[in-house]
Amino acid sequence: VTARRVLGFGALAIALGAMAWVLFVGLPRAYRPRPQPLPPSTPAAAAPGRRIKARLFYVSEDGTRLTGVERDVPYGDGAAAQAQEIIKAQLAPPATPLISAVPAGTTLRALYLTSNGAAYVDLSREAMNAHAGGSLDEMLTIYSIVNALTMNLPAVTSVQVLVDGKETDTLAGHIDLRRPLTKNVSWVE
Amino acid sequence: LKLRTIVVVPRRAVLASGLLLAVFFSFSHSLLSQPGALTVVSKDGRRTLATTVQNEQDFVALDDLASMFQLAVREDALGVTIAYKGKTIVLTVDQPLASVSGRLVSLPATPIRTQARRWLVPAEFISRALALIYDAKLDLRRPARLLIVGDVRAPRVQVRYEPVGTGARLTVDAAPRAGSAVSQDNDRITIKFDADLLDIPASGLILPAQTPAQGIVQAVRLADATTIAVDLGPRFSSFRAATQQLDTATRLVIDLTAATVAEAAPVPSPGAPPGAVSPTGAAGAAPLPAAPGPPPDLSALTQTPSSIRTIVIDPGHGGDDEGVKGPAGTKEKDLTLTLARRVKAAIETRLGIRVLLTREDDRRVPIDDRTAMANNNKSDLFISLHANASFRPTLAGGSIYSASFEPGAAKAARALAPERVPAIGGGSREIEFVPWEVAQTAHLEESDALAKLLETQLHDRIPLAARPVDSAPLRVLESANMPAILIEIGYLTNPNQERQLASAEFQNPFVQGVLDAIIRFRDVLDEKRRPAASGAGK
Repeated sequence: VTARRVLGFGALAIALGAMAWVLFVGLPRAYRPRPQPLPPSTPAAAAPGRRIKARLFYVSEDGTRLTGVERDVPYGDGAAAQAQEIIKAQLAPPATPLISAVPAGTTLRALYLTSNGAAYVDLSREAMNAHAGGSLDEMLTIYSIVNALTMNLPAVTSVQVLVDGKETDTLAGHIDLRRPLTKNVSWVE
Repeated sequence: LKLRTIVVVPRRAVLASGLLLAVFFSFSHSLLSQPGALTVVSKDGRRTLATTVQNEQDFVALDDLASMFQLAVREDALGVTIAYKGKTIVLTVDQPLASVSGRLVSLPATPIRTQARRWLVPAEFISRALALIYDAKLDLRRPARLLIVGDVRAPRVQVRYEPVGTGARLTVDAAPRAGSAVSQDNDRITIKFDADLLDIPASGLILPAQTPAQGIVQAVRLADATTIAVDLGPRFSSFRAATQQLDTATRLVIDLTAATVAEAAPVPSPGAPPGAVSPTGAAGAAPLPAAPGPPPDLSALTQTPSSIRTIVIDPGHGGDDEGVKGPAGTKEKDLTLTLARRVKAAIETRLGIRVLLTREDDRRVPIDDRTAMANNNKSDLFISLHANASFRPTLAGGSIYSASFEPGAAKAARALAPERVPAIGGGSREIEFVPWEVAQTAHLEESDALAKLLETQLHDRIPLAARPVDSAPLRVLESANMPAILIEIGYLTNPNQERQLASAEFQNPFVQGVLDAIIRFRDVLDEKRRPAASGAGK
């Protein structure tokens, strides 16, 4: 008797186990929405390639001012991420007729945004070492960065340029970089 | 049998080492209680490095050095090997020597290995051995008990005091060269150095040995890491500061004028503490400049009735900072120095105005030192000379810049209104509190007027840019406490301009234009200040 009861319990346990598997593993597996193979075609996947329009600043025709040019810039989630994308685009070498006011080879090391709207843009040392000097060019270099953020992002009200992770007095001996600078439209044509 | 010996030997050893440890602890305790750790100063801040004295020799622990400077220390039978970024120092037991990358250097004493297996090395090990392999500069200054790591500006400062006539003179030498800003704040003159700290000799700053009758200066002391305070005595009347660049030092000379004896009589007591002056004493009294005290000696020499007595001209860049370089190799730093010398010569010979240059030769001068020189010498005008660069090589023409500030900076400066305070000699005087970083905000109107005058005078003489007068947040102008402008003489990036700027055909009319603008600017100032100055310039 006991042996049969044991057998019966065993069969019951196996049956329950099988049902549980079907319920909790088999069925979900069969009806899973399968997102993995699909992304390339789903509309949500367009997010990484989403772009926004931003005004970037380059040396004007006569060389004395900055000129604003509308460009597609990758979308960044949040003000800080968007600020990074804008600066990366601003630092990238522009197409031939345009001249960048930022020395070639300058890269963005980091970008911080404070709660009071000051952006700290940490540039690589090329911004300083590769700078040709002169008050005018230094002015254009700095304000192409400052304006690219302050004129595209309402969340950014001022910009302080850092070089190689440190605060710097000037890039080439002229323009004071010790404090954040606000937007300057008088140098934009 | 074996077991027994094993047990016995350690017990003896424990006893012996215990005794030794006890002896050592009492000994080391007396060592460590010696005062005088080294203060290690670097860009990252200050730390303390403990020293122990033995036979009148300072020692530092090698493991302290190892953790502070990221050294790898390995001990072997012959001595110790100290490794840093692939370079090594080997110390040998019982020899006052170190082998630094194979080179032998002598040490003032033999390294000590304590019973606690710590190595102590003479403090000079840092400057004689470690400094040779370490990345940053290591500067051990024994008298001040300082160890300076890297590019920390720590000028040695020496102060001398000498009576001159009825007055006195303070000579403050800072070596290596360091700029400073001198200001008077009530009953003290403060000298703030452009440095990270000051290296003051162990004997301290001087306290002038003076006759009781003199009482111009009560004490000279260190106010904070970079500021020296001169506590003024009851007979102090006025001062004038001038900076001089010596070969390796900056010399600041402060001439102190004493109030006359009659004037000094009503002073309560010469021993009164400087802080005891009550602000109620001097209401309605005549301002001090009218007092009959002797005039400052420097201005007495050039008794011109003009508003401009001193001009500081700043040749841009210098030393390893070459500024803009033209396609043919012309360097901005050379061009600005040549022009500055020519402008100086012209002003001095034709106008009789004292002209100082922020650099007399090809050397790097920090931007703040340039402005400080103008401020400290009470310059009436500051002109910075530069050559421009453009991303467009065809761009040509000179520009004149005045300073511009972020919105709000001027407001912050105005918040500090001048304050009328009682002077110790009787009467009262007005003290202006000028925040260094925005000092120029008070002079922007005059600076702009000067820029316009320069534009007019240079217009027909040299090529100017399409919009020749502009303003920018220029660091060298922002702190200038006087009308100040920066002239970009032209574009060195333009090959034609590069040739032109170096030629006499450009430089002669340029110098003449600057001279004429200064004459006209002086007239404007004289006119403005006519009630004060009688019979203005010719």
